Amino acid sequence: MLAASPRLASAAAARLSFDELYGSFSPLGLEFSDKVKDLTGKTVAIRGFMAPPLKAEAQFFVLSEIPMALCPFCSTDADWPDSIVVVYLDRKQTFTQPNQMIEVTGALDRGSWIDPETGFVSQLRLRQARYRTV
Amino acid sequence: MRARLAVLAAATFLAGAANAATIYPLDRAKILVGSPFDFKVELDQVYDAADIDVTVNGKAYADVFGHEAEFVSDEKGKDDASLGSALILRDLSLASAGDYTVSVKAGDAEEKTVNWTVYNTPSVAKAKNVIFFLGDGLSVAHRTAARIMSKGMTEGKADGRLAMDDIPPAAFIGTSSTHSIATDSANTMSAYMTGHKTRVNALGVYADRTPASQDDPKVETIAEALRRQTGKSIGVVSTAEIEDATPAAIVAHTRLRGDKADIVGMFYEVQPDVILGGGSAYFLKSDVPGSKRKDDKDYIQMFTDAGYTVAIDAASLEDAAKNNAGKILGLFHTGNMDTKLDRSFLKKGTVEKFPDQPGLVEMTETAIDRLSQNKDGFFLMVEGASIDKMSHPMDWDRAVVDTIEFDQAIAKAVEFAKSNPDTLIVVTGDHTHGVSLIGTIDDNVEADEMREKVMTYDDAGFPDYADTDGDGYPDKIDVDRRFAIFSNNFPDYYETFRPKMDGPFEPSIKGENGEYVANEQYKDVPGAVLRVGNLPKNADTAVHAVDDIVLQATGPGSEGFSGYMEQSDVYEVLADAFALGTSQKAGQ
Repeated sequence: MLAASPRLASAAAARLSFDELYGSFSPLGLEFSDKVKDLTGKTVAIRGFMAPPLKAEAQFFVLSEIPMALCPFCSTDADWPDSIVVVYLDRKQTFTQPNQMIEVTGALDRGSWIDPETGFVSQLRLRQARYRTV
Repeated sequence: MRARLAVLAAATFLAGAANAATIYPLDRAKILVGSPFDFKVELDQVYDAADIDVTVNGKAYADVFGHEAEFVSDEKGKDDASLGSALILRDLSLASAGDYTVSVKAGDAEEKTVNWTVYNTPSVAKAKNVIFFLGDGLSVAHRTAARIMSKGMTEGKADGRLAMDDIPPAAFIGTSSTHSIATDSANTMSAYMTGHKTRVNALGVYADRTPASQDDPKVETIAEALRRQTGKSIGVVSTAEIEDATPAAIVAHTRLRGDKADIVGMFYEVQPDVILGGGSAYFLKSDVPGSKRKDDKDYIQMFTDAGYTVAIDAASLEDAAKNNAGKILGLFHTGNMDTKLDRSFLKKGTVEKFPDQPGLVEMTETAIDRLSQNKDGFFLMVEGASIDKMSHPMDWDRAVVDTIEFDQAIAKAVEFAKSNPDTLIVVTGDHTHGVSLIGTIDDNVEADEMREKVMTYDDAGFPDYADTDGDGYPDKIDVDRRFAIFSNNFPDYYETFRPKMDGPFEPSIKGENGEYVANEQYKDVPGAVLRVGNLPKNADTAVHAVDDIVLQATGPGSEGFSGYMEQSDVYEVLADAFALGTSQKAGQ
């Protein structure tokens, strides 16, 4: 968990895009890009799509590069693509339609993290986050 | 009023009495002699152990089975709800072939009788090797389209034949599951690989009533039977995640195919000699980016320590095949491998991230080379996974091109069998899709609406696919006159009448209320039209069909296939070909 709650001035946020998350890909694991490493702990803004919430009341959701479709018989909820960012909101916001592009601003956190409530595993997160539609 | 209630109560009571208990294995199960399985009785009510009477062929069950079962006085469901008493006897095996009638009586209320057939096999194997090709979702339309696309057609006659065209059709296979006429890749492949039908989502178990996914009554898989009775090598090859349902069925025991992290552990238990596919994310410990494990087990290291050479791309697979004599674990993608169309031609999907994935043909060839070094023979399962994975989202071009690739892998096995005639080759699917090839779509037709360009009957003519380099694949997929293939079932989606050149089709996406809506990404494709789904709104893609599938076979033992068979019956033919009723380890 991040100790400090960063100020969320969108203007000050560094932009990060989904194709900038990883520097290399291999079946033996992915490697975060230098940009992600540099920005860890800092406030960043990422554009993407809100995947359907895992739980209606959860204060977190999954941000994906493209609108998500999960098929119960060709994949399970664990089968998310690598290019996702988990978003922990600093306060509840209304969920948007999955076709709607949004921009999320929050403090970038990286490393394996299992959500205590849902068991959802993520490698990258935005904490203290807010979002707006674009 | 009181009399009516009494009558109603009596009727309810009688109805309950007829079917209350459940016995696993289910009625009409066929069990290989000596093959371990779990026996379970589930009762609807709570009893004292003394009030439950179980007999086998009229004798006390413990005398016939050789052991007392564990008595569970009250199994618990969700939220600790009472489910009733149960008896569980694990790792039972029956040494004598014959008919077994198992009867359960509990108190005065519950009774159930099931019949099992325990079968033996000839003591001498008919086949030294079995290569089992499973085209996931392989429907008749896929092979028709693959033949015409790959070989061409002149004046109504095919200009060439697929490898599978020369393997005789041997049987129609029914694919239904124990609780539904419909099916998924887990229960249907599990039936092929164990001889027992089961429920949707289940692998190597009968699906019981308790919530835990890995305590259900187990049945032996073919890999376990081969390890128990033979010295044969085992290979598993798939373009899917290797822990996905179809390849998992060779080794796994779980009620939930989604237990992928645990299924990797089940592969580790059985240790097939060759494992090639995608799905490395579940082999990586949780702190490695890209991992989908929640623990710190490093299966890459564990397999390495167990003597496996690990390959991560086509180049290292080739090295492993040339330079090492032992076991190979080839994991070429963190998830499902890309389709042939993306891997070799369009470079879309995730090919940029994993640019050197081997194809199904190379993987099959490597597996056959390695496994055939065992003088005792081998069992190899090869799955063409993306035929199904691309038929769900109705991406017909990718599904058909992957069918051609699947067929070229079959050609490698046919070639091997020519010099190794003691090899049984089976080619089948696990279920069908509601898909048909109905004609062509012709862009040269002047029309405002794309549907007017759909050419049927005499107008369909022949498509424009050409294969000038002779690799068996069309040089171009987005030709002017291309296949008109449609699914008879679908969610809401935008039909574009065109190949998806930018990456695999995602027809619908999940809305905030959990219902699937048409993916607006395709809305503005010229000519796209919204098709309102005929499936419930919780369906994201086209679904499996219940239609029978064709099984083809050639080689020793293939005469065991005929007429109509359940997919669980297929196992008996494999067991028969390998003489799995008899230990072939003695004297080694």
